[in-house]
Amino acid sequence: MASLKAYIVTRALLVIPTVLILLTVVFFILRILPGDPIAAMVGQKVPPEVVEKLREEAGLNKPLIVQYFEYLFNILRGDFGKSMIWGKRPVIDEIMLRFPATLELTIFGFTLSVLIGVITGAIAAFRRGSKIDSSMRIYSIVAYTLFIPWFGMLLQMLCGVYLKLLPIGGRITPGSEPTTITSLYVLDSLLTLNFNALIDSLSHIFLPALVLGIVLSGAYTRLLRNNLIDVLSQDFIVAYRARGVRERKVVKHAMKNAFIPVITLMGLQFAILLAGAVLTETTFSWPGMGTFLLERIQYRDYTSVQGAIVFYALFVALISLIVDIVYALLDPRIRY
Amino acid sequence: MMLLDVKNLKTYFYSKRGVLRAVDNVSIGVDRREFISIVGESGCGKSTLAYSIIRLVDTPGKIVDGKIVFDGRDLVKLSEEEMRRLRGKEIGMVFQDPMTSLDPLEKIGDQIVETIIEHERVDKKEAWEKASILLEKVGLPGDRVNYYPHQLSGGQRQRVMIALAVSLNPKLLIADEPTTALDVIVQEKIMDLLEDMKKEDRAIILITHDFALAADRSDKIAVMYAGWLIEFGKANKLANEPLHPYSEGLIGSVPDVWEDRDIKPMLGFLPDLIDPPKGCRFKPRCPKAMDVCDKEPPTFSVDGRVVKCWLYGENNG
Ligand SMILES: Nc1ncnc2c1ncn2[C@@H]1O[C@H](COP(=O)(O)OP(=O)(O)O)[C@@H](O)[C@H]1O
Ligand code: SF4
Ligand SMILES: [Mg+2]
Repeated sequence: MASLKAYIVTRALLVIPTVLILLTVVFFILRILPGDPIAAMVGQKVPPEVVEKLREEAGLNKPLIVQYFEYLFNILRGDFGKSMIWGKRPVIDEIMLRFPATLELTIFGFTLSVLIGVITGAIAAFRRGSKIDSSMRIYSIVAYTLFIPWFGMLLQMLCGVYLKLLPIGGRITPGSEPTTITSLYVLDSLLTLNFNALIDSLSHIFLPALVLGIVLSGAYTRLLRNNLIDVLSQDFIVAYRARGVRERKVVKHAMKNAFIPVITLMGLQFAILLAGAVLTETTFSWPGMGTFLLERIQYRDYTSVQGAIVFYALFVALISLIVDIVYALLDPRIRY
Repeated sequence: MMLLDVKNLKTYFYSKRGVLRAVDNVSIGVDRREFISIVGESGCGKSTLAYSIIRLVDTPGKIVDGKIVFDGRDLVKLSEEEMRRLRGKEIGMVFQDPMTSLDPLEKIGDQIVETIIEHERVDKKEAWEKASILLEKVGLPGDRVNYYPHQLSGGQRQRVMIALAVSLNPKLLIADEPTTALDVIVQEKIMDLLEDMKKEDRAIILITHDFALAADRSDKIAVMYAGWLIEFGKANKLANEPLHPYSEGLIGSVPDVWEDRDIKPMLGFLPDLIDPPKGCRFKPRCPKAMDVCDKEPPTFSVDGRVVKCWLYGENNG
């Protein structure tokens, strides 16, 4: 197990250069984009002297390289800075306000995608060559290529507008929020046994999570199907059967083996999941990091955008670290 | 009564190209405590015969006809659940490639324990103790129960496979080319171990393409060719004076057993089993072929042996 610890430490240390590179790229891309936060905020009818003064206050008149290193230094100290507009609130506060919504959506979307992918993939593998198998193959391709805003709006039309079954936007009906414990509404509703809030928050999260889940499930469907077919043809499966192990248990072993590469895909897909979450959030007016990010990009709120991106990067790094640990725990060939 | 009595077994593969007669009308008997080898070139149906006995023929294969009487019961007629209870418990199996025959994600001990508790009412602790005793019996330290397959060498893994195969004390052990994937030095040791397993009132069927190995270890040898059993009899007799021209050829192509003979590699290839030659399937390669060989030869009994060849027709048929 000592090697596992060393592995985790290395993995964690690797996050630092990754975040640094990302930060640098984001910093300069934002500066290359036309427009700046002051112009976006004040419009064009303000006298140039005022604009100049505002720029100075925001530190935007310093040489770019100085701004860059100042920013870097602050981030390394854990200081995300203050928003350049909107009352100069600390960026970290704004992020913490939005993050639970994104976390909740990604947890649900992620769980649904793996669940759908594993079930459809397993069905396809056990019915290899049948019509069901072909339909699952088509499903995986279609799901993979669905455009989130389009698919989201389709479901909004169908379930929200047409069937009037589900709300089409927001996290919860205003006023029904559960007592805050984790800021994850579904979890808080459960913890406080607030069933109204539970139903309400579940009905809000269902459609966006389903959109995210379906779009991301395609890759799992394909991977699990192919892995399972491969594993089922391996010698050790026949060997299990030849020892009289019950078919139910043989299938369990096969699934476990087929699932290992799926774990790797989970780590790889997590960044895509977050990107998908940004689109899903805007489509469903979900008050998370994604809507926050897009809004602040429009206003060229440099510090907020940078802060959000760094936060996303750390989130991805943390998840892929967890995925690696789970992987190592499940696969002894990695562990020893 | 014989332990295993295979009668007129036919196992065919229904492939897209047509019906492949992998095991075609094979009859073979195995007595208790007997060590029998089944030899023949790769692709002649040896593995299919073995898998038929435990009824695990790969799709699109099917047992089409015949009987497999084991310990008084016809296995062909058993239900799937009855068959499952018999696998491992009464017939153990060792496979060709020990590198791929163990589940990479489970500890050796867990794999042995799972096998035991699928068949016997013992608690886990007892089964774990039994697992390490089993490992010691096959020449591995008992603490290897805590190892994962990838931590063991090929030879060690094959020992584990043997431990697994005998974990429930089966009356019959089938080993399908158990040493083919191993180093030469390890091969001998695994064969010794396998022979050792005979001591416990157990019959062994060894499947091999290595005639010398078969001659060296077994009581009887069965020679297969293109899905047919073409000769079956006592090992020393068959090795010293083979009756069937194919058996003769097989021995001729083994250099190290009979040093005084020249190596005569057999000419030609195994025929296509979907469209085999009319009459005797060995005819295209047979140096002694006659006109009558255009008809399928029946199985003749000669001097305690069976042989499927027209050469023995006049005196016995
Ligand atoms: N799953 C399968 N599908 C189709 N044909 C098969 C399958 N398994 C074996 N065969 C065919 O059956 C014949 C006998 O194969 P096998 O029993 O594996 O021979 P051996 O063990 O003597 O090498 C071969 O012609 C082989 O191609
Ligand atoms: S039956 Fe004829 S062709 Fe076949 S092995 Fe005997 S002699 Fe050769
Ligand atoms: Mg074989």
